[in-house]
Amino acid sequence: MKAAEHRVTGIDATTLGAWLLALLWILPLLYALFAAFHPPEYATRFDLLAPITLDNFRRAWNAAPFARYFFNTFVLVTLILACQFVLCTLAAYAFVCFPFRGSEVIFMLVLIQLMIMPEALLIENYRTLSRLGLLDTTLAMGLPYLASAFGIFLFRQTFKTIPRELEEAAHLEGANALQVLLRVFVPLAKPIYVAYGLVAVSYHWNNFLWPLVVTNSVETRPITVGLQIFATVEQGIDWSLVTAATLLSVAPLLVAFLIFQRQFVQSFMRAGIR
Amino acid sequence: MKTSRNAIYGSLLLLPAAVLLWTFTYQPILVTIVDSLYSTPRGRRPARFIGLDHYETMMADPVFWKSLVNNLIYALTTIPLSIGLALAMALLVNAGIRGRALTRMAYFTPTVLPMVAVANIWMFFYTPDYGLLDQMLRPFGLGGNNWLGSSETALGALIAITVWKEAGFFMIFYLAALQQISPALIEAAQLEGAAPSQVFRRVTLPLLMPTTLFVAINAVIGAFRLVDHVFAMTKGGPDNATMLLLYYIYQVGFSFWDTGYAAALTVILLAALALIAMFQFGYADRRVHYR
Amino acid sequence: MNTSRRSFAGIALGAIAGLALSTSTAWAQTKISFYYPVQVGGPLTQVIDGYVTKFKAANPGIDVEAVYSGNYIDTTTKALTAAKAGAPPTIAVLLATDIYTFLDEDVVVPFDGFIKTAADRAWLAGFMPAYLKSAQVGGKLWSIPFQRSTAVLYWNKKAFAESGLNPEKYPTTWDEMVAYGKAVMRKDASGKVTRWGVGIPGNVGSAQWLFGALVAQAGGRLFNENGTETYLTDPKVVEALQFWVDLNKVHGVHPPGIQEWGTTPADFLEGRIAMIWTTTGNLVNIRRNAQFDFGVAPYPGKVAPASVLGGGNFYIFAKATDAQKEAAFQFAKFMTQDELQADWNIQTGYVAPRDATWETAAMKKFVSEVPAAEVARKQIPNSVPEFSTYENGRTTKILNDAIGAALTGAKTPQRALADAQTEIDRILRPYRK
Repeated sequence: MKAAEHRVTGIDATTLGAWLLALLWILPLLYALFAAFHPPEYATRFDLLAPITLDNFRRAWNAAPFARYFFNTFVLVTLILACQFVLCTLAAYAFVCFPFRGSEVIFMLVLIQLMIMPEALLIENYRTLSRLGLLDTTLAMGLPYLASAFGIFLFRQTFKTIPRELEEAAHLEGANALQVLLRVFVPLAKPIYVAYGLVAVSYHWNNFLWPLVVTNSVETRPITVGLQIFATVEQGIDWSLVTAATLLSVAPLLVAFLIFQRQFVQSFMRAGIR
Repeated sequence: MKTSRNAIYGSLLLLPAAVLLWTFTYQPILVTIVDSLYSTPRGRRPARFIGLDHYETMMADPVFWKSLVNNLIYALTTIPLSIGLALAMALLVNAGIRGRALTRMAYFTPTVLPMVAVANIWMFFYTPDYGLLDQMLRPFGLGGNNWLGSSETALGALIAITVWKEAGFFMIFYLAALQQISPALIEAAQLEGAAPSQVFRRVTLPLLMPTTLFVAINAVIGAFRLVDHVFAMTKGGPDNATMLLLYYIYQVGFSFWDTGYAAALTVILLAALALIAMFQFGYADRRVHYR
Repeated sequence: MNTSRRSFAGIALGAIAGLALSTSTAWAQTKISFYYPVQVGGPLTQVIDGYVTKFKAANPGIDVEAVYSGNYIDTTTKALTAAKAGAPPTIAVLLATDIYTFLDEDVVVPFDGFIKTAADRAWLAGFMPAYLKSAQVGGKLWSIPFQRSTAVLYWNKKAFAESGLNPEKYPTTWDEMVAYGKAVMRKDASGKVTRWGVGIPGNVGSAQWLFGALVAQAGGRLFNENGTETYLTDPKVVEALQFWVDLNKVHGVHPPGIQEWGTTPADFLEGRIAMIWTTTGNLVNIRRNAQFDFGVAPYPGKVAPASVLGGGNFYIFAKATDAQKEAAFQFAKFMTQDELQADWNIQTGYVAPRDATWETAAMKKFVSEVPAAEVARKQIPNSVPEFSTYENGRTTKILNDAIGAALTGAKTPQRALADAQTEIDRILRPYRK
């Protein structure tokens, strides 16, 4: 396996294969760039000499409040991520450091939610939120996800690998339970937080079905729902417009990723998942 | 003394998560099971107990069976394909090829592009005749395919999108794990005369098992929840060729307004997920050293 | 007569009660909420907001909260779930086909009770009968036409001319459509088709609509007025589906498999298909982007030419105070006045459902610029309501699946429709008393 060799070689079959796959993977984005920057008549035919235009972006920008949608998604993801970190950390800490009679049973119960994602309970959760009078709020989009079994599970596994001596040492220095958590466990589990954060951001940034069901106004609708509503019109698909809208709405994240990808990937690699 | 202190601290720490899990997971599961035994309330007709009627309807419902079979095919193809490709991508990027940063970025981009947005782009790829795929196939005399509009290819077309969307995401986790493998282990194996393929099978792969489990859980969840492209592209058609369980539940619940039947379908989805979970953790217990 | 007088009294009482209530809490407005979908492209929410502002200026006693709620399906979902949760909108624009769902859920009120004055009756009489008919169930009027459309045929005049056809002559019969379709077909050297004759969208969501037109053309009927029966095994219905299937299988003028609604306009603009079946709502789009001369035609016929209606109506929800309902009725009347309808139709491509709208100066000017716009209007007397029954979501899905099965060759049209009829019979049985 070439994987083991770790040296920069010339352009061999492996490299070519990797590039080909990369091209295949980026094709939709390349197409989006092509279609969005050219007049509609070129959306389905490729001509390198086609005139460049920003008109599609202007039309898309005027047709729907994409800035608002993006902001909504940003608020939603931030809310979920922050709450998940806090709630899952506390729960995992309880399972590892404060075991009591029945806590194992509770942990098994938590594991149930690992597989049963809130989407499966769409209908019942919708009713609950409607009873709480929370429909069409950012909180409603987030609530079912705030306590994540996946997070609790991951953090528990990580906390368990942390030597108890460290914890005891902190106790001897007079740290209380919360301080032990914040000074010992959380810093040592940082890589897992990065990994989990990536999963959570990607999940909720892309989430569609649940937000579609619970939102109905521009003020709460996330980008995914906004784009879907924008793209499904009676006249059929206007690819120039849809690709322009797509680029407008993913641009901030895409640019951020392009700028920070090196740092991000490296810190993530140092993290590792166990 | 210690136990009572633990019980107080432990339960206080667990309380917020427990309340949320109860409200949005356990309580709805119970209510769903109960609801599946009642008829759907309509304007003038309140719900009444009908026992297993919904389940009998379900057994006779060809769309349910179709969605179940489709979902199985969908899971059994997208899970191994996306995991396999993710591993391959990670190995490729890890192999020190030229332009690895760009390549890695290319693999990862689908993760930041929301499915509903790219669905429309893929719609163009799959369009017969002037769609990108057909434009590329035409020189080989293979044009004229109606990928989304024929029962044989529609599900495959959606599977391809799912794999495209997920592989790059999973790659990141493999990449991180590969970097953690000590080069000394690999060198030791090589010194013992192991062929590269043996090194991969005996050293690398076992060390990647925890990552594989992590990724597999995500892939399984994805196989049952990722129906955004069904929503945006086919609505389950043609003739239910792309009907997946969660999309059917959504349709029965929010377009047929038959909440009772939707509850019964949900119970089946829950059972399927529980079954997979038991298998997965049973298997994981034997193969992965999770403490 | 008696009932309408009684409900009039009720409303008057309600209005007085409302008035009393509002005077007691100083001077308060009647607040109504209005859900509406936008199903065509363009910044139409601003247009609606403009209308609402005008209405509020003309009716200072009424405050309208306009909520743009996505496409039709989203809006219906929102309105119905909100109704079930006890907080429906006061008035909403929703699909005409959803009427049976609303009746089943008991969430809307008929308009008959609001129509009291001679002016009201004159306003009502101004709607085209075909549209009013599709809003009536059990002798009551449940909705008011607002943004209506109909399906038409677009043909590529350039392709017709290239193929030796008269570019101005569109097909008026099935046979002509097939013959013209054969004439315009083009293949490349390898035998692959590069231009098809005709495309009829058959994906989930479009199939049942256009099939309604085919069935009417064959002289058949898909469903009854009370929404309790479908006639899928009727030989004329089977004939219609057989024809659709044969367009590809026998005549080879239609692309194989399912034609996708979303890409159909692009197929036409690309010159891939010379004749397409789609909505009048596509006129603005196609006019803007077509690189060739094209025409808009009424549908052909087997027995007689016929098309199908589409689009959305105003519904007033039951759970509102009488004052709110009355305010909502005033709003519906305002939104359907001819000047406003003319503006709305010019901006969107919908087909104004009132003859007087077509007589306004703005509309006349538009028609002189875009004569194609008038094709739709002329076709309306020959148009049938779109497929709609009780349990509409379910029956529509079953019909869609049957059409899909036939078009993809999984079942014969006869078999597919017979299976679907059995399914639908089972579902509609409780409604047949």
